[in-house]
Parts: sequence; structure tokens; C-alpha cells
Amino acid sequence: MKKITRKDFLRLTGLSFLAAGAIETTRAVTGSAPSANASPAAQSSQPVRWGMVVDLQKCQKEKNCDICIRACNSAHNVPQFDDPKHQVKWVWTQPFETVFPFTQSSYAGQSDAQAPVVLMCNHCASPPCVHVCPTQATWKRDDGIVMMDWHRCIGCRYCMAACPYGSRSFNWFDPRPAIAHINPDFPTRTKGVVEKCNFCEERLAQGLSPACVEVCPQKALVFGNLADPNSEPRQLLRQRFAIQREPELGTGPSVYYLV
Amino acid sequence: MRDRVWIVGGLAVFAVALTAPFWCAHLGTKNLARMPNLALPANQTQCVAPVEYMRASHMVLLLRWREEVVRLGQRRYVAFNGKVYDKSLTQTCLDCHNKEQFCDRCHSYAGVSGPYCWNCHNQPQTHVAGTSLPPMQPEAAAPHLAFTSPSRFPAQAPHPQSLSFPRSMP
Amino acid sequence: MFMFEKAIVGSRRYWIWLFCLLGVIAAALCFYLYQFNVGLGVTGMGRDVSWGLYIAQFTFFVGVAASAVMVVLPYYLHDYKQFGRITILGEFLAITAVVMCILFIFVDLGQPARMLNMILHPTPWSLMFWDMISLGGYLLLNAVITLVTLTAEREEVAPPAWIRPVILLSIPWAVSIHTVTAFLYSGLPGRSFWLTAIMAPRFLAGAFCSGPALLILFCLLLRKMAGFDAGQKAIDTLAVIVAYAMSINVFFILVEAFTVLYSRIPGDVAHLEYLYWGLRGNHHLVPWMWLSVLLAIVSLVLLLVPSWRRNRLLLPVACVCVFLALWLDKGLGLIVGGFVPSPLDTIATYTPTLPEWSIVLGIWAIGAFMITVFYKIALGVRKEVGEMEVHESTLVAGTASH
Ligand code: HEC
Ligand code: HEC
Ligand code: HEC
Repeated sequence: MKKITRKDFLRLTGLSFLAAGAIETTRAVTGSAPSANASPAAQSSQPVRWGMVVDLQKCQKEKNCDICIRACNSAHNVPQFDDPKHQVKWVWTQPFETVFPFTQSSYAGQSDAQAPVVLMCNHCASPPCVHVCPTQATWKRDDGIVMMDWHRCIGCRYCMAACPYGSRSFNWFDPRPAIAHINPDFPTRTKGVVEKCNFCEERLAQGLSPACVEVCPQKALVFGNLADPNSEPRQLLRQRFAIQREPELGTGPSVYYLV
Repeated sequence: MRDRVWIVGGLAVFAVALTAPFWCAHLGTKNLARMPNLALPANQTQCVAPVEYMRASHMVLLLRWREEVVRLGQRRYVAFNGKVYDKSLTQTCLDCHNKEQFCDRCHSYAGVSGPYCWNCHNQPQTHVAGTSLPPMQPEAAAPHLAFTSPSRFPAQAPHPQSLSFPRSMP
Repeated sequence: MFMFEKAIVGSRRYWIWLFCLLGVIAAALCFYLYQFNVGLGVTGMGRDVSWGLYIAQFTFFVGVAASAVMVVLPYYLHDYKQFGRITILGEFLAITAVVMCILFIFVDLGQPARMLNMILHPTPWSLMFWDMISLGGYLLLNAVITLVTLTAEREEVAPPAWIRPVILLSIPWAVSIHTVTAFLYSGLPGRSFWLTAIMAPRFLAGAFCSGPALLILFCLLLRKMAGFDAGQKAIDTLAVIVAYAMSINVFFILVEAFTVLYSRIPGDVAHLEYLYWGLRGNHHLVPWMWLSVLLAIVSLVLLLVPSWRRNRLLLPVACVCVFLALWLDKGLGLIVGGFVPSPLDTIATYTPTLPEWSIVLGIWAIGAFMITVFYKIALGVRKEVGEMEVHESTLVAGTASH
């Protein structure tokens, strides 16, 4: 008799665990999609999709200019590690030929092959990193910004494997010792979380444009609402020939390059 | 019988291990029996919520703020007394409170292991003092900095239109 | 409780072995604490090769876990009696392998303390979520199955009827764990090495040869060490399974290689080039990959000739070759090869560091520990039942003679 009650008890326990799990799963399945979070910008009637246009000619006018990179680094406390393996990059440059490999045919494009191209998170329309994140620590806001919640990231680095642009960096060590001058107003990160460019979401909230855009002496970075046909980036995109990085993957980058 | 010494020894180790927290607490925090002296902001009389609520539930408030700022983009907080605050740990709480003399003191008194928040969140100013100059040093005189500065954003090249907001912003 | 009393009586050799394993585990724990305190930078991973040995080992052991189906399916679906003695070994192997997988994931996390976020914020569009469900479910299924069948065996009664559907469920579930694990990689745009529909079939083929190969080795070892006879027929059948699965696995790899090499799309070729020939002067994985090829060929030759396959000396050699070939192919090349060259055409060198190897070794030791204890329990129960039968029959014989 006693034996049966114990068995029953175990069965019941197992069943209730199963039921609880099922409830949680159905809630998740029927619940919110990745981009369901509201953002202040989206509450206005006009749709917003933040984007950036990089004028490569203007950008390359001044050789070895890295003012945007330094501005971003100090605004966001981006650590500087010497070992290329452990580097953390929000905005950085990379030779043209590696960024746009498809432009490198045998006889064309040689002169520009090594010219540096400014890179950052593309804030894709359909971001692979968001699709894979197992905790929704990265998600897409209604205004197009691919956000990171550093409080939730478990450091599995699935997003890094998924990002076709190499825009995500992991904190292999405690970043604080690698920050020369901590800007107290933006939290640093800690070891074991992934980070990337946030389109200066914290500055947008204050009505400021992104740090890199603001400091560029050539005005080579143009930021604005891609959903608005009259916005500055949209005007540029109408007038000039622009390319995106790896558009064939269907990710829909929000960063365009004028060539 | 030969095993007796092992059994008794094992039990003793177990008993000590089980009661270790009590011993440690007793040995380590002798003089914390009375409430620590919390440094309250000199020129303020009210917190962002009634003091009883803050005392009991400030962590709940902080976690809610964090969720709202980071995930919902809602940064404005209207306090019970009608004052408006930016929902920020560093810029709001530590604007009035001193971390060491307020938060830390009470946490070590209460035996709360220092919240891990400080692994990332900074204290206002403290890091600036005495450190070598950063690559991008703010130019105090640049007029636009006053504006740009909620993050005291350091800009080197002053340029006149830095404030001009992209036309398209809503 | 759960027949664990069988695990705490054993020979001197048994205890020495367990304590050696505990020593390895303890050392690994120290290295893990070091990694936990300093950060994952103590491993060889970096921004370009952001997954390394841990995830590769995870992938490999999901395969080992899934392979239990290769003994369960013939026994329960086709009533293949020869496997009656070894299904329990396969199921225990599955439990051990799943636990190892979970540990490999755990040590790879940057913020292990936040692991519960996967459950607190369930995310059904992430395959990692489904991987968690499938691995957890598989662990649970196998734990229930082994417990119930072994208890029944000890009490010498037929297992309760409700366990049969559970066992049948575990068959597709085993397939699902490795399929979902393959989807983890094969659904990523921009990683052309993984972006192939044959990933899941290839994973399964690899699993169904490496797992049973390991099981054969265990059976031979148990025969030697514990006097357990799995039955020659069962081992022969397992060897046939390994032979077929290995052939299919090699076939899949060749199919993959053909598509990539004949189409000559540079981005796709680069990964294979890096693994097998070296890319722009970087060939630190080349010897290992060719060793894997060599081992695969040797094992295939040994397995495909029937008389060699049945040879008591050659079969273990073949099994070791299969296991090592797949370990190199799946447990090293597959993950690292997917990351090099990176989307930005960087060729990063990935060399696992001492802490990394130690932690991997520690998890292996945990696996070895678990399998030792489990097999001890299984064989202990068998022996007890067998002795009782002998006892009873002598009793019966005794009374009869009176
Ligand atoms: C891994 C680093 C990290 C940890 C640990 C961390 N935070 Fe944050 N937190 C951030 C970052 C980075 C932001 C800024 C996000 C943004 O503005 O885009 C932030 C923003 C916030 C905000 C809103 C904006 C602000 O400036 O304060 C609150 C509130 C907050 N965190 C609370 C907490 C609390 C409470 C804890 C501890 C329980 C904590 N955080 C732990 C990194 C961290
Ligand atoms: C406007 C200045 C101000 C800000 C901003 C502020 N506080 Fe306070 N806080 C006070 C004052 C003044 C008191 C004392 C109130 C009293 O004693 O009635 C107090 C009391 C408290 C107490 C209770 C201390 C006790 O005596 O037990 C806690 C806890 C606390 N604050 C936490 C916080 C946290 C967390 C934040 C950020 C969310 C914060 N405070 C922001 C001014 C401030
Ligand atoms: C009057 C004492 C007191 C003061 C002052 C105080 N705290 Fe706390 N705090 C506590 C206690 C007690 C807990 C633990 C509550 C619990 O675990 O339920 C706690 C917990 C927390 C937590 C959650 C920690 C965790 O691990 O979940 C955070 C975050 C926090 N405090 C932040 C602050 C900050 C920031 C300040 C200063 C502005 C502050 N506290 C001041 C008593 C205090």
C-alpha cells in the first residue's frame, strides 16, 4: 500500500512538472515575437527605421582618421585589448576588399582594395543574431535598432556565430582594466557577455545623433530615418550609388555605403 | 569498530560545515550588530519613493527601471512627489547617494553580497580623478558640449553643426 | 535507493580507478574556477573562432547519446533478442553522454550564473531553446527507462506495460536531439561551411557509427574486466551497424566535398581548403584532418571485410579508428572549420590551451566515472539475478534429489 502511494506521488510530481513546462512553452510560443517591444520613437505615428549612410569618398579623404572610432570607444567604454583575438569592436575599419569581396574581380577595384571602410553593427531588418539568441538578450526594436540587454546575456556566443558581419564581440576578460578612461555615464560591460554597436540608443533617447556621426569632421556619416522618404539618408540613397554588405543573405542591413 | 573514528570525524566535519555560516557571521561581523551610519544626502529630504518602500524594495524598483529603460525605452520616472527623474542607477541614485557610505554600508550590514551591478555600472566621477588623460578629452569650452553632455560626450573637433539634428527625426 | 548499493562494493581495482578519475575531475574543477574568475580568454578562443573545443565536444557527444537508438530500435521494434543484454548499456551510455553535453555547454558559457535565463525567457525561435528541450527530454526519458527496466529485471518481473511507449518515444527523440544540434549550425547565414542540408543526416550517420563503436569497445572491455558476456552475435551485429553507418558517413562527407569543390564558389571552398590543404600558409589543422581521413579509411577496410570484422583482435582496432576519426572530424574540424576564414576573411589560429584541455579531460573523466558506476550497477543486478537463479535451481535440484 505504502509503495503504491510513493509511486503515485512520483507520478504526480512528474506530471505536474510536465504540465508546468507545457504551460511555459505554450506561453512562449503564443507570446510575443522578437520585435514586439515598444520604443518611444515608435509610439509616434510616423514609422521609424534608423539607418546610416557612409560616404566612402568623404570618409577616406583624410588618411588615418579614426575620430569616430575613438569617439565611440570613449562614449561607450569600449575596452582596448592588444591581442587581436580578444579585441572588442563597436566601430572599426577593415580593408575594402575584405568588406566587399564581391567587388574584387581580376582587373577592377585594385586601387581601393586596401582603403579602410568603416564598419559597425548593420542593425539588420532581419537580424540573424536576434533569431538565434536563446534568452532574447538581443532583440529588434520597432525603430530598427538591434538592442542588447547586457543584464540578460548568458554569454553563449551563438549570436557571434550567427552574425555574418563579424559585428559582435565577446568580453573574454574583464574589460575594465583595458579602458583607459571610464566614462561614468555609460556602464561598462563585464567578462562573459557579448556586446556591439547600439546606434547610440542612449543618445537618441536624448535627442542627440550618434557619437560617430557627430564628431566626423568630413560629415561622411549620415544618420536618419530610412522610413522617411525625405530624410537625409534617403535623399543620398536616391542620388548616389550605394551598396550594403552581403545583401544576398537577406538580412537587410541599415548601413549603406556610397561608393 | 575501526570505522568509528571515521564516522565520528565525518559527523563532526559535517556539523561544522553545516553551522559554518553562523560561525562566520559571528566571528566576522562583531561590531555590525547596530545599524550602520548611513550617509544621507545633505540637501535632499525625499527619496525617489517613500522611504519605507525604498528601504524594503529598492531592488525591485531598480530591476523594474532596468527593464523599462533597456527593453522598453522608457526613461522618464515621475516620483510620488511629482518630481521627474531619469531612470538611471549611476546618474540618479548615485546623484544623491554615495555608494560606499550608503549602499555598501547597508549591504555589508545586511549581509547582502555587494550587488554585481557595479561590475558594469560606474560611480560618478570617481574614476576620472587621477587617471591619465583619455585619448579624447572633453573640451570644456566647446559650446556644444553643454548640450551633448548628458553623457559628457567628449568631442575633439568642434564643429558648428554638431547639434543640428538629422532633419528626419520625429 | 536506485540500486546504488551495487556501486559501492567493488574490487580494489574498481576503487583505484574511481579515485584516479576523481583526481582528474578535481584538477579540472580548479582549472574551471580559474576560467570562471579570469574569463573565457584563458581558452584559445577569440573573436573569430568564438566556439572551440567545448562546443565541438558537445556536438560529438550528442551523437554518442543519440546512438543508443541503434540498440534500442532493433530490440524493441524488431524484437532482436540478441541485443537484450546490451540495451541497458546503450541507455546508460546515452545518459552519460547527455550529461557530458550539458557540462560542455555549461563550461562554454560566459555567464554561467545566468543559465536559468534560458528557462525564464523561453525563446522558441532560437534553436538553442529546442536543443535544451530535446537534450533534457532525452535525459529524462532514458533515466526513466533504465530505472524501470532495471528494477523490473531485479525483481524478476516483466517491466510495466506503460514503459513500452516511453521506449518507443525515445527512438524518434534520439534522432531529434542530433537533428536539432545540426540545425544549430546549418541554419546560419554567412557560415557557408555549415549551411548545408546534409548536416543533420551527416551528424546522424556519424553518430550511429561512433556510438556503437564505443559500445563494442565497452562490451569487449567488460568481458575482460567483469566477465560480462554481451554475446558474440550481438557484437557482430553492432559491428555491421558500425560498418554501414561509417560507410554512409564517409559517403556524406564526399558528397559534401564534391558539391563544394566542383562548384568552386570561393567562399565555400576556402573552409575545406583551410582544413585539408591549408589557407594562405595556415595549416595547423591539416595533419589532424588527414589523420582523420586515414583512420576512416583504415576502419572502413577493416569493417567491410567480413572475416576481419569478426576478428577478435581487429574489431577493437577498427572501432578505435572509427571513434578517433569521428572525434577529429566532428569534435574538432567541424566547428573550427566553420569559423575559419571568418566572414571578414580573417584566418585566426585556434589552439586549445592547457586549461581548456584540462576542463575537457575533466568532463571526460566525469563521463568515465558515470559509465563505470552505471555499468557496475547494471552488471551487479544481472549477477544478483543470475545467482538467485542458480541458487533456486540448486535448491530445486536438491529437493528433487531428496
Ligand atoms: C554586464 C554589465 C551590467 C551589469 C552586471 C548590470 N548592468 Fe545595468 N546596464 C548595463 C548597460 C551597458 C546599460 C546601458 C544600456 C543602454 O543604455 O543601452 C545598463 C543600464 C541599466 C539601467 C538603466 C540606465 C542606467 O544608466 O542606469 C538600470 C536601471 C540598470 N542598468 C540597473 C542595473 C542593476 C540594478 C544591476 C544589478 C542588479 C545592473 N544594472 C547590472 C550593464 C550592466
Ligand atoms: C533626490 C535625491 C535622491 C535620489 C535620486 C535617490 N535617493 Fe534614496 N534617499 C534620499 C533621501 C533624502 C533619503 C532619506 C529619506 C528619509 O529618511 O526620509 C533616501 C533614502 C533611501 C533609502 C533608505 C535608507 C534608510 O534609511 O533605510 C534607500 C534604500 C535609498 N534611498 C535608495 C535609493 C536608490 C536605490 C535610488 C535610485 C533608484 C535612490 N535612493 C535615489 C534621496 C535620494
Ligand atoms: C537600508 C539598507 C540598504 C541600503 C541603504 C541599500 N540597500 Fe540595497 N539591499 C538591501 C538589502 C537588505 C538587500 C537584499 C534584499 C533581498 O535580497 O531581498 C538589498 C539588495 C539590493 C539589490 C539586489 C541585489 C541582488 O543580488 O539581487 C540591489 C541591486 C541593491 N540592493 C542596490 C542598492 C543601491 C544601488 C543602493 C544605494 C543607492 C542600495 N541598494 C542601498 C539593503 C540596502
